[in-house]
Amino acid sequence: MASISVRGIAVDFPLYHGSSRSLKKTVLAAASGRVGKDRQHRVVVQALRDIGFELRSGDRLGLVGGNGAGKTTLLRVLAGIYEPVLGHVRIEGRLTALLDPNLGMNPDLTGRENILLRGLYGGLSAEATKRLEENVQAFSELGDFVDLPVRLYSSGMMVRLGFALATAMRPQVLLMDEWFLAGDAAFMEKARARLEDMVRGAEILVLSSHVIEVMRAWCTRVIWLDQGQARADGPAEQVLEAYLGYKLPPLPPLEAAALPGAEALSGAAAHR
Amino acid sequence: MEGSISLAMPEGAASPPEPVLELRPNLSFAARNALAARDVREGIGLWRLIWKLGWLDILLRYRGSVLGPFWLTLSTAIMIAALGFLYAKLFHVNLHAYLPFLALSIILWNFLSTLVSEACTCFTQAEGTIRSIRMPFFLYAGRMLVRNVLVLAHNLPVIAAIFLIFSVWPGMAGLYVLPAFALWLVDGIAVAFLLGAFCARFRDVPPIVASVMQIGFFVSPIIWQPTTLSPRWRPLLPINPFYTLLEVVRGPLLGQAPAPVVWLSAVGYSAAICGLSWLLLVRARHRVAFWI
Repeated sequence: MASISVRGIAVDFPLYHGSSRSLKKTVLAAASGRVGKDRQHRVVVQALRDIGFELRSGDRLGLVGGNGAGKTTLLRVLAGIYEPVLGHVRIEGRLTALLDPNLGMNPDLTGRENILLRGLYGGLSAEATKRLEENVQAFSELGDFVDLPVRLYSSGMMVRLGFALATAMRPQVLLMDEWFLAGDAAFMEKARARLEDMVRGAEILVLSSHVIEVMRAWCTRVIWLDQGQARADGPAEQVLEAYLGYKLPPLPPLEAAALPGAEALSGAAAHR
Repeated sequence: MEGSISLAMPEGAASPPEPVLELRPNLSFAARNALAARDVREGIGLWRLIWKLGWLDILLRYRGSVLGPFWLTLSTAIMIAALGFLYAKLFHVNLHAYLPFLALSIILWNFLSTLVSEACTCFTQAEGTIRSIRMPFFLYAGRMLVRNVLVLAHNLPVIAAIFLIFSVWPGMAGLYVLPAFALWLVDGIAVAFLLGAFCARFRDVPPIVASVMQIGFFVSPIIWQPTTLSPRWRPLLPINPFYTLLEVVRGPLLGQAPAPVVWLSAVGYSAAICGLSWLLLVRARHRVAFWI
């Protein structure tokens, strides 16, 4: 059983200005006995303050908020990249964080080499890497391009490869940043089923997005982050309405039941 | 479910316990120590990835060129040949004694000096990866080390050729190079942790390190032989860490087992570097992501 427990965490970003970052200033400060004071008065950006929640298997958490509200920072904390200065985080389960579309992708390597490299990053066995290769190759439809350097790819091919790689793993805990839902329309059509499959397969989903329809369809719970603090936390509809400031129209019942998120994702495609 | 596969172990009996990630601040020294040890342990477990990344760094640098990584060999060979010619014609030095020493010294020093300067950037260069996936920091240190060891390996043919031409054979003393090189590898990782983290935090450090290495080059017997030093000063040589760390590998290859005091100094300085590096790793590992 996967679980996430976050209790009262805070994350500060120290601001190292050109001058305060230098050794000179620290040495001078130490020489004049101001290190303690300096440390207390260090300029920090309070990226997250007093965030807490518990998630268990089956929970789908959405994060909303303006730019700089702390959504990505919170995802990075959950991924174990930023460690909090206060509080406690505990995550059980195999975790995949889709934070960077081009994670570990090297443009000078061929598609196949990039796939193998990703297998190594994931610590996969030779057999699992082989399956990863076949799977990614089939989905990304690169054909013979798979043996050419990635920098020769069209942007569409690049997106397909990145997406196929990122979504090939089946984690228990899935963290997804908003870039993931921002593909071009034709591609999203194709990617939709695969992404939904991954989301459904994950025991816990934490998603950051600006696309309200996706949030509504996929998330059972939403936290509204504002300047690093949780402004609201509760059932998806309720928090989203508070965030948007207007009442959401009811979801079309048939579609919502049949294919959660399908309509939202192909919304852009409909404009074609 | 079509189009997707399970890459994990099959569910059920054989599945391993789920990994647990626990983050909390203000840990005790012992707890942080355990986390640092885990970083190194997990990093060593990723040796296949580390090896691959190090290789790719070299291959990609020369991809598309005809000679590929053998440009490393060729450029070193040209440099050594030019130096040999210069010293023989201009300074009328006895090449037979001097050139094997010079070639070996320069190749080994280049390894050490590049290693130290790349150690400064081993974390800042991996910024993208560090910010998007949690990986042991050992990975970045190891990648830098592998890359430099591979460069050194490409220069070995030059040393072999010079030794053949001047019929230098290290003999049994050459075996001392094995423990000495192992010491270098450990130091390489330690320096990468130490300078990698320190330089990420303080951006003034890389230029300082570069000038220290330059001074180290001139004050250490690299292009000049220790025997040219007056007997009054010679006993002080083992104080110089650059000299003793270089000598433990260079001496055996030239057929001279290093004196115990040289070993003592090299091991002592290494212990100091490793100790400092470990303390920094324990204290600052969880902060590096904020610094880069």
